[in-house]
Amino acid sequence: MQTFTRPNSMSMENIPYCPGCGHGIALRLIGEAIDDLDIIKKVIGIAPVGCAVRSWRLFKFDMTQAAHGRSPAVATGLKRSLPDKIIFTYQGDGDSAAIGLAELLHAALRCEKFSVFMINNAIYGATGGQLAPTTLIGQPTTSYPSGRDPRVMGYPINMSEIIAKISRNAYVARVAINSIRNIMEAKKVVIKALKTQQRQLGFSFVEILSPCPTGWNMKPLDSLKWIEEKMIPEYPLGEYAVPDSLHN
Amino acid sequence: MDIKYITTKISIAHELCKGCGYCCSVCPKQIILLSNDYNDNGHHYAIINNPEECLGCKFCAIMCPEIAIKIELAD
Amino acid sequence: MNERVLMTGNEACGEAAIRAGCRFFYAYPITPQNELLEYMAYRLPEVKGIFIQSESELAAISVVYGTAAAGKRVITASSSCGVALMQEGISYLAASRLPCVIVNISRAGPGLGRIAPSQSDYRQMTKGGGNGDYHIIVFGPASVQEMADLTYLAFDVADRYRNPVAILADGMLGQMMEPLVLPMWRKLKDLPPKPWAVTGAKDRERNLILAAPYTDEELIDINEELAKKYYSIEAEEERWETIFMGDAELVVVAFGISSRIALEAIECARNEGIKVGMIRPISLWPFPKKPFKNQVDNVRAYLVIEMNNGQMIEDVLLIRPRNIPVYHFGKGGGWIPTPKYVYEKIVRLWRNIS
Repeated sequence: MQTFTRPNSMSMENIPYCPGCGHGIALRLIGEAIDDLDIIKKVIGIAPVGCAVRSWRLFKFDMTQAAHGRSPAVATGLKRSLPDKIIFTYQGDGDSAAIGLAELLHAALRCEKFSVFMINNAIYGATGGQLAPTTLIGQPTTSYPSGRDPRVMGYPINMSEIIAKISRNAYVARVAINSIRNIMEAKKVVIKALKTQQRQLGFSFVEILSPCPTGWNMKPLDSLKWIEEKMIPEYPLGEYAVPDSLHN
Repeated sequence: MDIKYITTKISIAHELCKGCGYCCSVCPKQIILLSNDYNDNGHHYAIINNPEECLGCKFCAIMCPEIAIKIELAD
Repeated sequence: MNERVLMTGNEACGEAAIRAGCRFFYAYPITPQNELLEYMAYRLPEVKGIFIQSESELAAISVVYGTAAAGKRVITASSSCGVALMQEGISYLAASRLPCVIVNISRAGPGLGRIAPSQSDYRQMTKGGGNGDYHIIVFGPASVQEMADLTYLAFDVADRYRNPVAILADGMLGQMMEPLVLPMWRKLKDLPPKPWAVTGAKDRERNLILAAPYTDEELIDINEELAKKYYSIEAEEERWETIFMGDAELVVVAFGISSRIALEAIECARNEGIKVGMIRPISLWPFPKKPFKNQVDNVRAYLVIEMNNGQMIEDVLLIRPRNIPVYHFGKGGGWIPTPKYVYEKIVRLWRNIS
């Protein structure tokens, strides 16, 4: 008897997010990966500021929070003092690409051996829908209601490409969770990221394109379409860096 | 040659459902739809129209952000 | 056997931290802390510790948070404007009840200021620079020996109360050289256990280190618990030194390097028959109230000597018994008094109050 249900590493708490929000899917993929790799006793997760801040309720393993943007620094402090444990951060696009950009880039530069899961939903969800570094040109947000104008706020940032360029022997990939095919691919990538850490090969970074129907002012099904039609052309999916000795 | 038959049992937790409609859109047999009824949170929850038609593909459960769908496959 | 050596304050602080069982140091260089960073950079690998030069003080304090959450003894150091960057992190450490040691080798401010020593961070350290209702315990060493002893003690106090502890020194203490006796080595296995730490939930319930609870009610409860903790710290952890207080009518109040300069002036003044004494706070938070309560009735004036525009004087004004006048002698910006200058001030004040 096979059952598809909540992974063992997740608690029984209800998913505390908006209808159609991608967090529930992304967090479940991480929980499934932790089950598959059987690392629940070794995992410590970091839930920083943003909608991610309450993700600690959804897991059964050790977790800590972090100041906004500083989870790669907290992760460094955890991994350097507990090198045999599996450390991951679960950060939004503001946490990783705005306020925490320096900490993330430097962790990647130092080739820290932990995993960063960046939820890219092109918006600041928790604070009501303001512009994120990954907001698309023309996309309206509450801080720039007439849409992102490059003359005022420049262009969106492609984090996976940047991390792949600066971090030696890292595993860097971008996935999406807006369709069955993409979710299945995302799960494989999450497992590869954690394996990169298990084998102590280098930094691992997974950018996850995720729907925010509330922030985008769309019905959930339309938000999945928006990812396919608008986000993926700007943020192409794929593996941007694979460490030398990572097989399968 | 013995042919193995798998029984699929699909259950949806109505109270967890937020009516996003993802499961309805990915079901290859299109047997999931949103009910006219509300749950305690005010959402139209997903229900299975013809459960005997379920393939056990698990697409609905994979897509569900609330982990509200459980699929049991038995021989 | 205790070793007697000649070291700078910065080095003594670093060596004491390592002997206290600390194997992790994360910091960003800033004058006049640089020698402490460099000392840890070469000393920690010798004891199989970890040294990371962080990309900023913003990052360094969060790396401290991570290692403290893992239940290990950890220290960071900076100076004035760098410590200002750490304030958010310090508030998080206090909220999450994480022990750690933060060393401030202060320089003159405000802003970027300059690198001359100063005591202008008294308020920043003791009145909190981060948000919310919290305190950090602050020690003010006045010698290279105390740089070692108080740093060594800070780790025990931090663990006992699950609270950050700060060492407020300055560029002069950091860079001057004095003989000292180094503290005994603590074995890592003898350090107090930390069952609350996040180390991977094997054979136990999972642990959480949170800076933000899930509900408002929980946060109010946490604030009440913190307040109770701070009351008990105030009751138990006051530290001070009194000199010539048996018959003092004029009381100098000074901490850190100012107290060393003032002491020489006080000794000269006593030779002239001036009944001057000194209360030297060693814990700056909790500020020592007991020596003020226990002083003789003869006290007619306080002279607060500090290298700033008037910061510790606020605490003296708050807790002085009766309305004894309080005078201030000091300037911010890197001004350093000489014993002669202080002596003249004491003599003039003594004449005025006699």
